[in-house]
Amino acid sequence: MIMNLTNASLKAEAASAFDLEKIRTDFPILKLKIDGKPLIYLDNAASSQMPQQVIDRLVRYQTTQHANINRAVHYLSEVATMEYHNARCKLQQFVNAREDREIIFTSGTTDSINLVMHGYGRKFIKAGDEIILTTLEHHSNIVPWQMLANEKGAKIRVVPINNNGELEVDEYEKLFNERTKFVGLIHVSNALGTINPIKRMIDFAHQHGVPVLIDGAQAAPHITVDVQALDCDFYAFSAHKLCGPTGVGILYGKAALLEAMQPFKGGGDMIASVTFEETIYNTIPHKFEAGTPPIAAAIGFGAAIDYLTTIGIESIAAYELSLLNYATECLNNIPGVKIIGTAAEKTAVLSFTIDGIHPHDIGTILNQDGIAVRTGHHCAQPVMQRFNVPATSRASFAFYNKKTDVDALAAGIKTVQKVFL
Amino acid sequence: MHTNSLYQEVILDHNRKPRNYGKLDHASHHAVGHNPLCGDRLNIALQLDNDQINDIAFEGESCAICKASASMMTAAVKGKSRSDAETLIHEFRELATGKLDANHPNHLGRLTVFSGIRDLPTRVKCAILPWHTLHAALNSLDNASTESNNDSAQTTASD
Repeated sequence: MIMNLTNASLKAEAASAFDLEKIRTDFPILKLKIDGKPLIYLDNAASSQMPQQVIDRLVRYQTTQHANINRAVHYLSEVATMEYHNARCKLQQFVNAREDREIIFTSGTTDSINLVMHGYGRKFIKAGDEIILTTLEHHSNIVPWQMLANEKGAKIRVVPINNNGELEVDEYEKLFNERTKFVGLIHVSNALGTINPIKRMIDFAHQHGVPVLIDGAQAAPHITVDVQALDCDFYAFSAHKLCGPTGVGILYGKAALLEAMQPFKGGGDMIASVTFEETIYNTIPHKFEAGTPPIAAAIGFGAAIDYLTTIGIESIAAYELSLLNYATECLNNIPGVKIIGTAAEKTAVLSFTIDGIHPHDIGTILNQDGIAVRTGHHCAQPVMQRFNVPATSRASFAFYNKKTDVDALAAGIKTVQKVFL
Repeated sequence: MHTNSLYQEVILDHNRKPRNYGKLDHASHHAVGHNPLCGDRLNIALQLDNDQINDIAFEGESCAICKASASMMTAAVKGKSRSDAETLIHEFRELATGKLDANHPNHLGRLTVFSGIRDLPTRVKCAILPWHTLHAALNSLDNASTESNNDSAQTTASD
């Protein structure tokens, strides 16, 4: 009890004091020099960096705890099994799921969405059914549903966006009819940073008895996710955008839905018994975790969740909003720079174009100054088409970025403009 | 990383004022080049007479590296024979991918300004796209893509 109180008060203290310099020392990669210049990493929406605490956890696991899980009776297997389970419980708490068995470890958001497409979609979606997606979706929440629609003879309906990059929720509501059977919805746009009003949209879908999958890849690192409050049916995200390792992510699913679904992949661990005549599937979550899972990565994911919750997602969000506001002002003050995506509710993502200069040239010249941004279509070509641009440059911030990183970006953009004058 | 040496004045100049930019009225051969990774698109039209490139033009949307490469390429191959153009295509690909040292004997002349691209693997395709497309046009293939299976003479549509 005393232990718990101490932990709680320590956490509260850490959350109240957002110590940027201390946080920056946690990330060894931020000391890196690119061509002699300090790294200014503004590609966090693609992948975030890893703090020493998570690196240390991975090392400790590989050094003292590794074995395969759910199998042997020996010491290491039991330790690894327990640590893997602990990681699942950390994720359960992080998204406030009712039960730990509602958390499936996958290889990442894409894998999670494909799991739902195969496990739910192929079983329950029929010819003539309609699936609602939005213009803001990442390709990973478009292509699987197109594959399903082609296979089943189902139809994709698309929610439009306005000129600010916000979903037209009225149009979304008009798309519903008796054929609507599924909604796939991105929580935060990776290309623009728009935060979508998913609670309202989930409630509306449920009024029509339609389940909703939320692609939370860009939301979970920046917004407190409470799957019970949202009442979403599925929620997916990846570890590597939350300071964790690549190769692991989760799918949250309501237990009743997961139980009704068919397995995605067949193999070891997902079975209760196998004969050549019949296989009886294991219970959830194991039914969806065929084969040896990414044990080390999942445990590292758990450590990353510990790290982020110690700082506090609310503190992170507040600090990142101040960065976004500052960066928006800086870029708006540069003639010729146009920010694409000006939603009222945004995470710290700035997609922009510079008059007369191709994004790839921008990215290459910014790189000269050690500035890492993403250039291209951001796996969201429908968004690019909507704004009639082939590509954008995207600066995406994390809580370890500082205001001087924004200054460096603004100076870098001016250098780019000078080169092409 | 030698990006300074990449964005040299000659490249910036060809980007600002691309040579042979536009359509060709009496084209005998043409091809469309496409880089699906960035959406860049390039049309190349040429007028071939007795295996000699009498005229050539290009147009499209692309980055500065691609546009300058296309501009300098059209200037270099205009008036040349098909086989001389194919030699240049081969040598330029070898240069951009780091297989040909600019100091070794070659026919590229000022095109060696692109030798710095070898240090930026993500940009090699930008520089090569016009040359893929020219090759496709000379061989009466309609489409070229940077995502074709190899760098040899088998350029076809692939996306």
